[in-house]
Amino acid sequence: MNKTLFSRPVRLTSFQVNSIKFVIHGLASGYLALLFYAGINDQLGADPVKALLHSSGIMAVNLLLFTLALSQIARRLPCADIIKLRRMAGVYVFVYALAHFLTWLAFELQFAWQMAGEEIVERPYILVGFAALLILLALTVTSPLFIRKKMRQRWQPLHNTVWAALFLAILHYTWSLKTGWQEPVFYWLVAGILFSLRYVR
Amino acid sequence: MAHRFKPSQTFKDCDVTDESVYRDRRNVIKSLGFAGLGALMSQPASAFGWFSDDEEKKDTFRTRPLEFSVNENFKPDEALTPEAKVTSYNNFYEFGTDKSDPVNNAQQFSTEPWTLKVDGLVEKPLTLNYDDLFNRLALEERIYRLRCVEAWSMVIPWTGFQLSHLLAEAKPLSSAKYVAFKTLYDPEQMPGQRSRFTGGGIDYPYVEGLRIDEATHPLTMLATGVYGKSLPPQNGAPVRLVVPWKYGFKSIKSIVSITLTDKEPPTTWKRLAHREYGFYANVNPAVDHPRWSQASERRITSGGLFNQNRIPTRPFNGYEEVASLYAGMDLSKFY
Repeated sequence: MNKTLFSRPVRLTSFQVNSIKFVIHGLASGYLALLFYAGINDQLGADPVKALLHSSGIMAVNLLLFTLALSQIARRLPCADIIKLRRMAGVYVFVYALAHFLTWLAFELQFAWQMAGEEIVERPYILVGFAALLILLALTVTSPLFIRKKMRQRWQPLHNTVWAALFLAILHYTWSLKTGWQEPVFYWLVAGILFSLRYVR
Repeated sequence: MAHRFKPSQTFKDCDVTDESVYRDRRNVIKSLGFAGLGALMSQPASAFGWFSDDEEKKDTFRTRPLEFSVNENFKPDEALTPEAKVTSYNNFYEFGTDKSDPVNNAQQFSTEPWTLKVDGLVEKPLTLNYDDLFNRLALEERIYRLRCVEAWSMVIPWTGFQLSHLLAEAKPLSSAKYVAFKTLYDPEQMPGQRSRFTGGGIDYPYVEGLRIDEATHPLTMLATGVYGKSLPPQNGAPVRLVVPWKYGFKSIKSIVSITLTDKEPPTTWKRLAHREYGFYANVNPAVDHPRWSQASERRITSGGLFNQNRIPTRPFNGYEEVASLYAGMDLSKFY
């Protein structure tokens, strides 16, 4: 019983890390492709636009929570290599958020640019969602290693704004619902717990 | 000279999707093997209804063909929303808040026996049983546009009768100024009424109301059928209201009582969020919902993502003959 799985720090070989990454790639991009494939072929229920908007949006939030959970997992399990998966998961958060935004622009509004501009400015729930998207954009373009190195100590403060993106995204979700509070409460709770875990040793 | 062959018909794939394929969509998705990710998704996001396969295998509610005449005055030159979409995309929170919940949860709903009461400020209170709903008044089919407050719309062939014809039989008193409607309250049959979680936090039973001139307007009908058959439960079996110039939530489903009153009756959505949903709820592109625009709508038709249509929303949903009912009223105040 003395020798448990994590009695010593576990290192992952680069083959293992790459294999896990490959699987995440397949699932994340495959699921998104599947959503669009089904939507284009009218297999997403009566209103494919709504279904696609909802699925891509909620998956972006789920992935963001997963990404932030990876930090905690890497910190608390004696397997720090888990952190090597975080950047890729984070980039997929942006990919899903972008798919969500483009679905709204292309299929919900059908490129009514003026209306898009008005909606972003006038509707608080769209404004906060758009703000979250811009934060994710900034994090994504600064995620390559050479940019990170160039940014030096300015990189970390920028990337701490991921929490702002998370809370804005959940606010966006909460406000977008006609009624019902159970799902938003669940997301606020999970996000709150993850955030407070940062301050728990 | 060889000419390039040009087909005389240019249907897109999606125009000819076979219904059996449409009905099999869940298996199509599942066979692609990403079901595991479904566990990550929260309940409202489950666009494919991952967990509802068992329900789907249960018996579906039996509808039956109706006898009716076709009202030629209500045949707009617009493509109908396919029956499969009309009967699978519903807001009926008594059976759950997701739009696919009603079709999945309501198939065991029992409508026989049924009692519809017409009472209150009337000379002759009425009680209609299930058969009366279909036989007492001649049924006619009318094709109406349905505009949801969520900014999507459908075009639906309803079968039913004018509400005014039924009210005339009850002989409203001159003191009757409003008409109040109530949905069945039966938590055993309606899971949304059992738990606030499933029912979206609404106080049940669902209630709606109209001014008496709205209720007796020739456009206002009680529908007992859709697409030529008796209503399935997800669409409000056995009898529902259809008020085509108002947002869809006014068209209350599975009605058990119609009461004439002298005061404006409470209405469910107004009670829940009075800043967002008013008593009148007339379709009005000039008055936005506080959280989204009502200037245009997405018409739900056949076809996938690339067949979607955003069209301008018309005042009173295009039924401008009702405008005189609201002469002199500030419709941005009485939304």
